[in-house]
Amino acid sequence: MKVAYWPGCVSRGFTPELHGSMAKVAPLLDIELVELDRACCTGAGVIAEHNQELADTLNARTFALAQQVDGAELMMNICSTCQGAQSECQERLDANAEYRAHVNETLAGEGLSYEKGLTNKNFLWLLVEELGLDELRARVKRPLSNLKVGPFYGCYIVRPRDRLGIDDERPRDDYLHQVIDALGGTVIDYAGMRKCCGFPIITMNKEASLKQAGRHIGDAVDAEADCLVTPCPLCHLNLDLQQPLAAKTVGRELDLPVLHLPQLVGLALGLDPKELGFKRHVVRPTSVIDWSTSVVGASAGASSGW
Amino acid sequence: MAETTPTTAAAPRTATPEQFKLRMRRYDPESGDAPYWDEHTIELEPHRSVLEAILQARDRFDGSIGIRCSCRQAICGSCGVRVNGEPALACHTHLDAALKSSADGVIEIEPMGNMPVIKDLIVDMDAVHWTKIRRVTPWLIAKQPVPEREYIVPRESMIDVTQTMACIQCGACVSDCLAMEVDPGFIGPAALAKSYRFVGDPRDDQQFERLNDLAQDPEGIFDCTHCFKCVQACPKDVNPMGQIMRLRRIAIDDHQIVDQNNGERHEAAITGLVRNYGLLHEAELIPRSYGGNSWFAKFTPAAGKELLSSLPVIVRGLLRGKLNPRIAIFGHKIPSDDLKAVQAIYDKVESRDRSSGQRYELNLYIVGEDEQ
Repeated sequence: MKVAYWPGCVSRGFTPELHGSMAKVAPLLDIELVELDRACCTGAGVIAEHNQELADTLNARTFALAQQVDGAELMMNICSTCQGAQSECQERLDANAEYRAHVNETLAGEGLSYEKGLTNKNFLWLLVEELGLDELRARVKRPLSNLKVGPFYGCYIVRPRDRLGIDDERPRDDYLHQVIDALGGTVIDYAGMRKCCGFPIITMNKEASLKQAGRHIGDAVDAEADCLVTPCPLCHLNLDLQQPLAAKTVGRELDLPVLHLPQLVGLALGLDPKELGFKRHVVRPTSVIDWSTSVVGASAGASSGW
Repeated sequence: MAETTPTTAAAPRTATPEQFKLRMRRYDPESGDAPYWDEHTIELEPHRSVLEAILQARDRFDGSIGIRCSCRQAICGSCGVRVNGEPALACHTHLDAALKSSADGVIEIEPMGNMPVIKDLIVDMDAVHWTKIRRVTPWLIAKQPVPEREYIVPRESMIDVTQTMACIQCGACVSDCLAMEVDPGFIGPAALAKSYRFVGDPRDDQQFERLNDLAQDPEGIFDCTHCFKCVQACPKDVNPMGQIMRLRRIAIDDHQIVDQNNGERHEAAITGLVRNYGLLHEAELIPRSYGGNSWFAKFTPAAGKELLSSLPVIVRGLLRGKLNPRIAIFGHKIPSDDLKAVQAIYDKVESRDRSSGQRYELNLYIVGEDEQ
């Protein structure tokens, strides 16, 4: 399927391994990515805090650019924060024709216009709702057997439920569990899996921010997770890049690798950890690499008649 | 907004009673015993409330079960609890809905979080919730001179504060506030929503003073971690986090309050960087959030100190190839024509003046959705 692809800022900045691994994984899932390289930052909720109309207009521009992509079935992003920030703007734009016309008037100078009803899904949602878990399962080449994975969703992709379209039909706040399971991994439940990573207040209250990250990672360590997986690069910054400081703040050793969702999917689809940018993590995903090497070794042994 | 909103309004009144299992968290701090789980099976029609189930368990099996309640119709805010881990009013949660959201067929009921337990399902609202409400001066400080008769205020400005007036002080948002979980001193969602009630009231004389106080407090409006927990928890759709964002907006943009917590600088940094680059220039975010919205911010003492303390993180990021030196220095930009278009949007929208009513803010709580 062809999608208008919004990679966000951080996946092309401080977490380049996310954008890179998405590019590697997409062809294996028959997803054609048409990158929205003309679009701007969603504002991550902060521009909306500064000026709601400004955030709505900037995101309406992105939506309009997505609607111009020929043959694209929907818009896809790989960032929980982008998903949440865009969903908030889209909710207002779709709810009120007068407001939409007002915003479109600003976009008219560029010849753009947003039409109500864009479908915008995070990669996680697309995996479950478009590709389907059975199809995903069928494409797995290296099941994540015996790999204990703790899901970390990120706030923006699980709350508020109404805005994000979470209900009994589409339990999107459970999809990470379902995907880990479909990839053959063992889901590790722990207290912080749907809580806040603390990133939004890292410059305002660093101690509280790192305490949040440290506690959740610590909970996952106590639950014996081998790694965490997250669909949010901003969560990744606090959970991985800042993990050494988070460990100091909560006064315990953590050392828990944190994978981006496309990395975990890529691993199960048979890609090499090197191709997925594992070496760029601050907390080296040694346990995951050791696991994948032993699995590859075992399957190579099996195929050669050992 | 809360997921436990009743869905069985159409349930037939002749529904027959069914059995439901309850698992309640029991705790009496005065006993010296540890908390424990207590299970009872009650019998009620599925559309009846969790509160009725608790009361039946108390009447039939154990008169010592502690629960606070009064109106039984989601008005008084007394019976806030956690049902299957989520905050809810016990009287506003139907048994069939609660059963559906249970993990193992047993409806789990706990006291609210972030507040000390007095007994079983009763928490000490005074120690946390009401103390925080008092913190924000929750009354009108009238402009002088007070008119002889009534104040005349525009209808729309009173409609603007109706959302915060819908709060029934149940404490559900306080219970689940993730910032308060790590920083108990955070003023919190309910009290900050209450403060908007007066900040947004044109009769109040202390808008600047209220906002300056809440912005300068390290545990004030900039301590909110934007997790939407309170938005989800509120049974009355007060949207406390949305009110906190409005407090920030008015503090920064209408009063130009520069706080000591980097709140204003952080907002200016992100808004300014997106204006200059189209994308977030992450390497500039920390220095500008500490030192001000300029390339030279990194040479200020506040930013220098923070950068120095982050040096191990920066070096590790560079060594791992996480931080590309070129992007770290120059940032990444969208194509120049697009950047110009983005900047034109900034110019047009930011030139609208709030005081003249040109700034367009859409509150769906007030206006609702189109029918189309």
